[in-house]
Amino acid sequence: MLAPAVLYILLLVAGPFLLAIFYAFSDARIGNTQLHFVGLENFRSILQSPSFRIAVRNSFIFTIGSQIVVIIASSILAIALEQPFRGRGMLRFLMLLPWVAPIALGAIGWKWILDSIYSVISWVLVALHLYKPFGAPMWLGEPHLAIASVLLVHSWRLIPFSTVILLAGRTAIPKDIPEAAAVDGAGFWRTEFLILLPMMMPIISVAVLFGIIFTFTDMTVVYILTAGGPFDSTQVLPSLAFTLGIQGSDLAAGAAISLTLVPLLVIIAYLMLRVAHRAEVT
Amino acid sequence: MAVVETRDLTKVFKEGGLGAVNSVNLETREGEFLVFLGPSGSGKTTLLRMIAGLEAPTSGDILIGGRVVNDLSPRERRIAMVFQSYALYPHLSVYRNIAFPLQAQKVKKELHKEKVEWAAALLGIGALLERKPRELSGGERQRVALARAIVREPAVFLLDEPLSNLDAKLRASAREELERFHRRVGTTTIYVTHDQVEAMAMGDRVLVLNKGVVHQLGTPAEVYDNPADTFVATFLGSPPMNLAELAELIVGFRPEHLRPSSSVTGDAVSFRLKVENIEYLGAEWIVSGTVVGGRLGGKKVFSRLTSAQDLALEGTYDFAVPQRQLKFFDRSTEKRIEPRAVSLQ
Amino acid sequence: MQTSLSGRAFRRIGHVLVITVFTVALAFPFYWMLVTSFKQNVDLYTMANNPFIFNAKPTLDHLTFLFTQTRFVRWLGNTTFVGVVVVSITLVLALPAAYSLARLSGRWGERVGIGIFLTYLVPPTLLFIPLSRVIAYLGLQDSLWALILVYPSFTVPFSIWLLMGFFKAIPRELEDAAMVDGLTRFGAFVKMVIPISTSGILTVVIFTFTLVTQEFVYALTFLSSEENQMIGTGIPIFLVRGDVYYWGALMAACLIATLPIAFLYNLFLDRFIAGFTVGAVK
Repeated sequence: MLAPAVLYILLLVAGPFLLAIFYAFSDARIGNTQLHFVGLENFRSILQSPSFRIAVRNSFIFTIGSQIVVIIASSILAIALEQPFRGRGMLRFLMLLPWVAPIALGAIGWKWILDSIYSVISWVLVALHLYKPFGAPMWLGEPHLAIASVLLVHSWRLIPFSTVILLAGRTAIPKDIPEAAAVDGAGFWRTEFLILLPMMMPIISVAVLFGIIFTFTDMTVVYILTAGGPFDSTQVLPSLAFTLGIQGSDLAAGAAISLTLVPLLVIIAYLMLRVAHRAEVT
Repeated sequence: MAVVETRDLTKVFKEGGLGAVNSVNLETREGEFLVFLGPSGSGKTTLLRMIAGLEAPTSGDILIGGRVVNDLSPRERRIAMVFQSYALYPHLSVYRNIAFPLQAQKVKKELHKEKVEWAAALLGIGALLERKPRELSGGERQRVALARAIVREPAVFLLDEPLSNLDAKLRASAREELERFHRRVGTTTIYVTHDQVEAMAMGDRVLVLNKGVVHQLGTPAEVYDNPADTFVATFLGSPPMNLAELAELIVGFRPEHLRPSSSVTGDAVSFRLKVENIEYLGAEWIVSGTVVGGRLGGKKVFSRLTSAQDLALEGTYDFAVPQRQLKFFDRSTEKRIEPRAVSLQ
Repeated sequence: MQTSLSGRAFRRIGHVLVITVFTVALAFPFYWMLVTSFKQNVDLYTMANNPFIFNAKPTLDHLTFLFTQTRFVRWLGNTTFVGVVVVSITLVLALPAAYSLARLSGRWGERVGIGIFLTYLVPPTLLFIPLSRVIAYLGLQDSLWALILVYPSFTVPFSIWLLMGFFKAIPRELEDAAMVDGLTRFGAFVKMVIPISTSGILTVVIFTFTLVTQEFVYALTFLSSEENQMIGTGIPIFLVRGDVYYWGALMAACLIATLPIAFLYNLFLDRFIAGFTVGAVK
């Protein structure tokens, strides 16, 4: 009864994966029927291209930066949402929206908020006299601001996901433990940092590891928000692979860039298994 | 001045009301081992948690060392508590578990080592200090929890069913250890349990609670021999006290006082008993049967005997209870009343 | 737990503050979608207007435009169609596989289970280039069937993972009893296990469906014509004519597509968390 599912997955995951490796060592292009083996040529040329280096840098900036924001924010939010209060269900629904909404639609919402002319953020800043009318920056039009915007949209989307996971972790800690800490004389901060935080480490790692995968392999936010611009300054590895491999018809280069995601994915998978294994042992 | 005192202490829960506490007045005596005994949902744990400061009272006062502590957080009450699960911090070593209260209460760092070692020696766990809680046995965990409680030298110990997670064999030795520990440190201790054997064995005094109401507070002998009402009479003892309704009275007698007439001397009331079941429990026998004729006719009663070899199933025998072992309760209030002469014939 | 009076007041203020800030930050884009959807264009595109209020009468123009002048309804239909077919395929493949994995004890079963979990970590951005050639080879370019073929490659692993948890919770004696009473193992699975797992199956249906609505990369790569789009690609790409963004209609479309999914998702949130927390929460 296992065979059909395993076969399907092998055909549609393992198969294309091998094909990607094959392409990466060839000169495959869309419309080109003749394939030649070119060795490491594709990898050498992408390593030399400046846009690849920018994409690597951005992928890491977005992934690491958003994970820092997400973990801090969701830890705070999980504490605030743990005890029941009136309206918690409604607030949970509202706060979950960024994660539940199709990612492309959330991103297009932000594109409107960060619009070059009609941005509501700019309007507020002008209304506060922080900028002259029409003087507010173009949020998606200047490289540094565009990078910050993409980073924040990634964080915005992942905070709800991380929060619900951390909440599950907090509720799994027996109530005795924080109570014992209170009787032992620990205040709020001491209980949070010396007792609960260390006990939460496995679940925090799970949230972070999934968060890394979701951010590192995502091209939707960048594609919708900036399309990699301005001047390729927000391009990430997956969006660069799409630009070259699909839009530019250079399958070989696209496949080679996609494959550069693999080492990090392997590390994450390994760490994930270790967390799961540890949790089983204790 | 009592270490712990409660005045009309009341806790009302919104839904259901299980575990509520109704106007409890209580004063501990210096250095005593006081047991809160009651069935589950009787409010005994709620009462303890209010004293600890983990639960806010609905009304009434809690005093520790003569001071009203209602608005103080647990850390400000000079109490120590041992939880049902022991609540050891799983990521900290035994040493750091014991040192945690010192650290939290900002005791000078130089004193930590000395105090932890003192507490560990007291409980005989000096060799376990580097271990993590998950590497300890149930009994060892209890000792660590006690060490963590004693290390800050609290005014009162609160223990919430600490033996209930241990298996039967370990429970007896852990109980003995707790008793010895209390004798050695002499700190006033409040101990919550639903197990009457623990209550009788360990308590200097026992507070019997049901549905949030205090039924009796007294020494184990007082609550067992002179129960204040029918609840206490039936909650303590196994099998419980035999109760029979007679007009506006309830008459009660313990199974161990119901014996074959031949072995009862002096003033006694007697009746005939048809034996319906005999259980051999090793050191004793539990005989149950139905009273034949007289005012108790048809009533099912239990007898606890050291030997029942002369009795046969379905046989009818003369049984008797010494007059002074009869307890009397008012039928409407169920409270105990003065003994009187009755005839069961 | 009790704290002193001033501490309690301080914590209460902190709590309200944290909740407010996060709700606003996380839900603002959706509020903004709502406001934009009902504003007249003169109101939207006049810089002097306060964007937070209606300066002109609210209008249904954008909704009318969306439903009559665009392919939005068609995209909703496409998404539902793909969703329903993918859900069916997923159930057919995942139910028996999850059941046998849950009952397969020993190292081998554990390894296959881990392998299936790891395939869920393989992102579309790694496989879309070779898959685009496979789709072309099969003649499925610009066809919804391309998505129907590929989507199970990630919905099946996630569903197997979720269902395994459910099946493991069913006592083995129940099937043993059914088999003693004369059913085959397969019969016991169909007549005993499936009926008592309805809530697990419902969970899988909901999450498979939301995964389908949220997917972007494959839909972007495989589909090209306007009438064949899914909501995730149609709205951000085809509601933009050249450089002209129909912001009112765009925002209305985003909101309409998001809300039903969000409601369903909320109902099954706890089950979903269990699928992510591996063994790190007990």
